[in-house]
Amino acid sequence: MEIYVHIPFCVQKCLYCDFFSRTSDESVKDRYFRDLEEEIREDGRTGSYVSSVFFGGGTPSCVPEERIIEILDLLKEKYRVDPAAEITLEANPGTLTKKKLKLYQEAGISRLSLGLQSADDKVLKKLGRIHDFAAFEESFRLAREAGFTNINVDLISGIPGQDAKSFEKSMKRVLKLGPEHLSVYSLIIAENTPFYALYGPEGSLKETLPSEEEDREQVEMTRALMKAYGYRQYEISNYARPGAECRHNIGYWTQEEYIGFGAAAASFYYTDPEKTKAERVKHAESMDWRKLPPEEKEELSLSGLMAEYMILGLRMNEGVTGTKFKEMFGREMKDEYGHILDRYETYGVVKQEGDRVFLTDYGQDVCNLLFEEFL
Amino acid sequence: MAADLSKIRNFCIIAHIDHGKSTLADRIIEKTGLLTAREMQSQVLDNMDLERERGITIKAQAVRTIYRAKDGNEYIFNLIDTPGHVDFNYEVSRSLAACDGAILVVDAAQGIEAQTLANVYLALDHDLEVFPVINKIDLPSADPEGCAKEIEDVIGIEAMDAPRISAKTGENVEDVLEAIVQNIPAPVGDSEAPLQALIFDSLYDSYKGVIVFVRIKEGTVKPGDRIRMMATGAEADVVETGVFGAGQFIPYQEGLSAGMVGYITASIKNVQDTRVGDTVTLAKRPAKEPLPGYKRVQPMVYCGMYPADGAHYQDLRDALEKLKLNDASLFFEPETSVALGFGFRCGFLGLLHLEIIEERLEREYNLDLVTTAPSVVYKIHKTDGTEIDLTNPTNMPPAAEIDYMEEPFVAAEIIVTSEYIGSIMELCNERRGIYKSIEYIETKRAVLKYDLPLNEIIYDFYDALKSRSRGYASFDYELKEYVRSELVKLDILVNHEEIDALSFIVYAGSAYERGRRMCEKLKEEIPRHLFEIPIQAAIGSKIIARETVKAVRKDVLAKCYGGDITRKKKLLEKQEEGKKRMRTFGNVEIPQSAFMSVLKLDDN
Repeated sequence: MEIYVHIPFCVQKCLYCDFFSRTSDESVKDRYFRDLEEEIREDGRTGSYVSSVFFGGGTPSCVPEERIIEILDLLKEKYRVDPAAEITLEANPGTLTKKKLKLYQEAGISRLSLGLQSADDKVLKKLGRIHDFAAFEESFRLAREAGFTNINVDLISGIPGQDAKSFEKSMKRVLKLGPEHLSVYSLIIAENTPFYALYGPEGSLKETLPSEEEDREQVEMTRALMKAYGYRQYEISNYARPGAECRHNIGYWTQEEYIGFGAAAASFYYTDPEKTKAERVKHAESMDWRKLPPEEKEELSLSGLMAEYMILGLRMNEGVTGTKFKEMFGREMKDEYGHILDRYETYGVVKQEGDRVFLTDYGQDVCNLLFEEFL
Repeated sequence: MAADLSKIRNFCIIAHIDHGKSTLADRIIEKTGLLTAREMQSQVLDNMDLERERGITIKAQAVRTIYRAKDGNEYIFNLIDTPGHVDFNYEVSRSLAACDGAILVVDAAQGIEAQTLANVYLALDHDLEVFPVINKIDLPSADPEGCAKEIEDVIGIEAMDAPRISAKTGENVEDVLEAIVQNIPAPVGDSEAPLQALIFDSLYDSYKGVIVFVRIKEGTVKPGDRIRMMATGAEADVVETGVFGAGQFIPYQEGLSAGMVGYITASIKNVQDTRVGDTVTLAKRPAKEPLPGYKRVQPMVYCGMYPADGAHYQDLRDALEKLKLNDASLFFEPETSVALGFGFRCGFLGLLHLEIIEERLEREYNLDLVTTAPSVVYKIHKTDGTEIDLTNPTNMPPAAEIDYMEEPFVAAEIIVTSEYIGSIMELCNERRGIYKSIEYIETKRAVLKYDLPLNEIIYDFYDALKSRSRGYASFDYELKEYVRSELVKLDILVNHEEIDALSFIVYAGSAYERGRRMCEKLKEEIPRHLFEIPIQAAIGSKIIARETVKAVRKDVLAKCYGGDITRKKKLLEKQEEGKKRMRTFGNVEIPQSAFMSVLKLDDN
């Protein structure tokens, strides 16, 4: 199984962000980590095999490094964490020091995910980020010096005022540094964010958002550029050097079991030995998550699991296969979804090559229309 | 036993929308003591939920209360509420004919408005005594004195002594009650004369059969009497007579006599037999002639109504049958459409009537409906000499078989203030109106008379009139005659497939424009698909307009990790739910709203 730990603290909340995170004082953090530790200790899966750990946020790097290391040590003590496990920590430029990075490295953190979002200082201001590009370059250099050989950089496309050309420039500045992995997300205007007020359906600036066509132009440029630089796209928004794909995230898309600790963290586990039933539970988005009922709880039957196999599996360039489907559910993918897949193949959304089914580039742009059909 | 006519007051309240008609009616009922404030559901007279929401009265209602006046006598008040829309003008006129006087309510802050005048003239046409009441004096912006002066100047009725009230707070409502006694004339009539009772509404009750609302003009009717409807010829034996309590029927077995307002039941099964405006008389001793003003109301507008889910066809039939029990002007018969399957062709008095029936079917009977473009009845003269009435564009014969066509025209009267005359005349010209006359009723107001094709006014004429006159125009019409006209059938093709439910008949000269706007509107309504969708308007095989719905470019969730999956799946499910409310034609999904939206094409 995989483990996710949510660290809901930030130096400053970004204007587009709808994740559960806060700018909190030390006493809140103290209490949070105490509850977090307690939650881990009380978990009943002691001794289970763990293939990856992911510290997400928020900004896990904005709390004192000992906190993170203590949690990681606790996890290693309680579970059977694979010595070669992928252990990722999300970090933001402006919160990293040489010493901090060294301690992370020594504690066994093997992968860093740096939130850059844009290489254009003006755009960074617009997003409400605390750092400029120079600060990112510095953090990246320090991370390499500390021995990190697996670094991801997050970028956002489709930001108002940004076009394919300026985004390409931004991307090239990052690619020059040679990160192993890039996540490039098309901007989502999420509800309950300052960006929603500006760019949402009622927003005064919504006209400045790129059109569907302009947004896709940036995505197409990204695909081409990444290919030219020797990266492989392996999911709608993710690119990696061969072998540097994020194993933790692939676990989400291939229905591996995971446990989430902390506020707003989600767990997914099978509820019968044949894996024909499962549950997904997301903790409350609150510092009091342990006392509150879950934010979401979903029970999945076999048909729900089959639908998710398609929806999540097709997000990946590798796609899904009839063989794997049969192995997991004991049924033929063709019988369940053949008519849908055939129809969407004529629309140019999917391709069926022998046993394998995957999205075309166009299919990646409009996949929701296909995914709805599985539900 | 004859009633003491001098102690009866039969009246209605007339007002512009939102000037407080229903609130005042409630107060009158409350202050006359028939109901306590606690028992009152607010706005007793507007019965249907739909009426409350729209703030209009659809069916006539009546209530009888008893008032002890300052002179020490008890008076019977019969308050008759009237419908408030041009579609129901005939019903309004019959309700007014059942009264002897009217209270004119004017908002002290708004002053006189278009409907105020139209209603006053209507009341005066029926020889009703009208006295004004100035309402909403509790509003900070109220100007009761200015309002009174305006009533005197514009309408020419005495208003300086008009009660100044707040129906909302109840302030000075007693003055209105006294004014009713003083100003509304007592009814006249001879209870020994042959019966003449005016039907001003009827209601179907599953226990009692049809409950006929009447104003007795002459004579007396009692349980046991055999009655005859003079226009329909239907006869029945009276089971019960009674008067109107608030929200209930109070039997009054001594019978109803001249001057009284009440109801009759006679185990009548069908409201078709008790048409509004007809005269009830006694079979044994009939009146020489009916009361004046009876008109058989004919549906003016037809459209197709289909269940969104074909499995609900029988439910739709049952619901229409139930509604028809109470609505003599509703017509329906089965029809089929290639696009929409099995449904009904339904006939209505006008577009509002159509919308009300549609809403009631959806709300009270929980039906999801697809409605096709309304059409008037065209007369087609075929080359073989036969003539057909065309109520459904799909049934239009091939052009070669048509000698010529005729369409219905109405004589319309529009009352408008002088500054908007220009824009209203322009509107009438756009709608192929034939100018008849203009006449100033006072320095700033005029009556414009036009002959207009009915098919130009059924869709959105009323809305266009209101928006181009800022609400200061009122409008009335009646069917005049059929006129020979150049008409064509316009077809709509979506992704090269003809959608029969979107076909309609249009004046040849407007076909290009209509077709273009239809295509534009459908382009907005049809969501982007995974392929390009041409939308075309055609007359026969000739394409006259085209729009294209471009293929979708982006519909993707960029992020989907462990904590996102449940929520994102819900988004997808919601989007999929939306699709279920669409109709599939070939590969194209058309939202049901598209079928109605193409009606509102006026851009101004």
